[in-house]
Amino acid sequence: MIVIKDLHKSYKMGSNSLHVLKGINFSVEEGELVAIMGSSGSGKSTLLNILGMLDVLDEGSYTLDGVPIKNLNETKAAQYRNKFLGFVFQSFNLINYKSAMENVALPLYYQKVGRKERQEKALKYLEQVGLREWADHLPSELSGGQKQRVAIARAMAAEPKVLLADEPTGALDSTTSYEVMDLIQKINDAGNTILIVTHEPDIADMCKRIVHLKDGVIVEDKKITQVRASQYV
Amino acid sequence: MRFLFDSNTWQEIFGSIGKNRTRTIITVIGVLWGILIYIVLSGAAKGLDNGFEKQFQNVAMNSMFAWAQSTSMPYKGFKTGRQIQLKLKDVTILKNRIPDIQYIAPRNVKGIFGGSPAQIIRNGKSGSYAVYGDYPISTKIATKKIYDGGRFINDEDIEGARKVCVIGERTQKELFENDENPIGEYIRIDNVFFQVVGIHKYTPGGGFESDSDIYIPFTTFKKLYNTGENVGWFAIAAFDDADVIKVEENVKAVLKNIHSVNPKDERAIGSFNLGEIFNRIVGFAKGLTFMSLVVGIATILAGVIGIGNILLISVKERTKELGVRRALGATPKEVRSLIILESVFLTMVAGVMGIILGAGVLSLINKVTQGMDFPYANPTVPIPYVLGALAIMVVLGTLIGLIPAQRAVSIKPIDALREE
Repeated sequence: MIVIKDLHKSYKMGSNSLHVLKGINFSVEEGELVAIMGSSGSGKSTLLNILGMLDVLDEGSYTLDGVPIKNLNETKAAQYRNKFLGFVFQSFNLINYKSAMENVALPLYYQKVGRKERQEKALKYLEQVGLREWADHLPSELSGGQKQRVAIARAMAAEPKVLLADEPTGALDSTTSYEVMDLIQKINDAGNTILIVTHEPDIADMCKRIVHLKDGVIVEDKKITQVRASQYV
Repeated sequence: MRFLFDSNTWQEIFGSIGKNRTRTIITVIGVLWGILIYIVLSGAAKGLDNGFEKQFQNVAMNSMFAWAQSTSMPYKGFKTGRQIQLKLKDVTILKNRIPDIQYIAPRNVKGIFGGSPAQIIRNGKSGSYAVYGDYPISTKIATKKIYDGGRFINDEDIEGARKVCVIGERTQKELFENDENPIGEYIRIDNVFFQVVGIHKYTPGGGFESDSDIYIPFTTFKKLYNTGENVGWFAIAAFDDADVIKVEENVKAVLKNIHSVNPKDERAIGSFNLGEIFNRIVGFAKGLTFMSLVVGIATILAGVIGIGNILLISVKERTKELGVRRALGATPKEVRSLIILESVFLTMVAGVMGIILGAGVLSLINKVTQGMDFPYANPTVPIPYVLGALAIMVVLGTLIGLIPAQRAVSIKPIDALREE
């Protein structure tokens, strides 16, 4: 699904250049649930941003579902993001003046899906995350866990190839975190490819594979036995 | 274009506009105020324009008057200070020599320029009023409104030198009872019986005529006061496309020529021309209209800049939201259109409301000034002005929206999302 070869990325900070990713080789098969771990400054967020086409790579190649991702202008990147990727953020990033359902329907709007169909789909995904009866509520009326579930529903609504989650449990307490992970695991069980950036070991253990980044290189890449989140819920 | 007619687009716009109501309303008021000023000013200017036109509607705008005075220069053996007397035969000569003259009406009056007013008596009631000797053609130059049932002097009156008269509103009030119909009744003018054939409605418009004037046929006047071929003054109307100032010069030159006056004599022939004054007033009204356009458009501009300003702030505030939208697949074009449409939409809503309010204010002013002696009538704003204002607003709204829209697009989604 994802193939990355010899990826380099550096940022210019004034006259200095900060080499963040130093030759990453990495691939993800369909249906995997991968945790990308590392301390802050290890380059894990940069990697996720490049995977999410929010940032561009300097060197190397990135292929997503057989499509080489290079020389993208903003418009093309936006279209690819819409078609291939679903995003889940640490701070949820729901649009605060839209109801839960409207938030979930937003990526479909950018896919030019008609309004009726959009609403039906949004309700379907809200149902999947167990928030159907909260469809008309604004984000401010939801708890943190609920917000993140709405965000996951929004990421799923576009039916992306890959779900990218940047610290999805970073702003949640552990019980709520496990609920969210339970949801992510279930989505993964249904065959979806998911990448999670996290620095919490217990969250990483709930994935099927852990990739450790340190100082811009992969130091460890291992398959693990998944801990089911449902036992904590 | 499809984008514009998509209900989804509008839903997005309403969503983002509606989220900060107070700010939206204040912004809208800015533009609303601008368009309100624009509409009220240009409507008022038009109202003044109409008002002036109404005051002058009874008089042909390209008309002039010429009368004779005493000479100030000796000429052809005549000494200075000779009183010149205009004659009826001058009419034909003037018409022949000056083709630009459309109508020419010789007139006489008793009781305005020296001489005592005529003594009018009826059934024991009496009064002194100015009496004019007129030809029917004089109504072509200065319209006389005659009340229903009456008429002005006609050609047969002139031919027969009939003893008929047209009286004024005030004369009617002073000589007749309220419920009396004066038409067909007789009054005595300087001891001669005249039959009343019409009552004229007085319309204020400057000049020396009043609501008590009595008009009798020129030929009757001639007999009554023994004026012979003498003419008091000429009222002349030039053709619409003629230059009345030029005509005025020509008329004076011809009259000087006929009456053996030194062509350089400035005093012997007096004249007055309405065209010049009218042009001055028209110029004034035009200036007002232009001023109101400039002020109005400047005010609209200020309002629209306000919208741009607010949208800039709003874009800054919504950085994260716009970043999320772009992460979810909004193309830069879609983001830009969203902001621009918000701008245009706000401008248009404000504009339409301003136009409606402006129309209200105008009709209010109209009501208040009704019946006042103030040259103001039917204040309207021509449709092209309104459409023009709307077009200006759409264009300005788009242009001003471009700035925040560009700002919104220039923020990279990754930076937008990183901002906490």
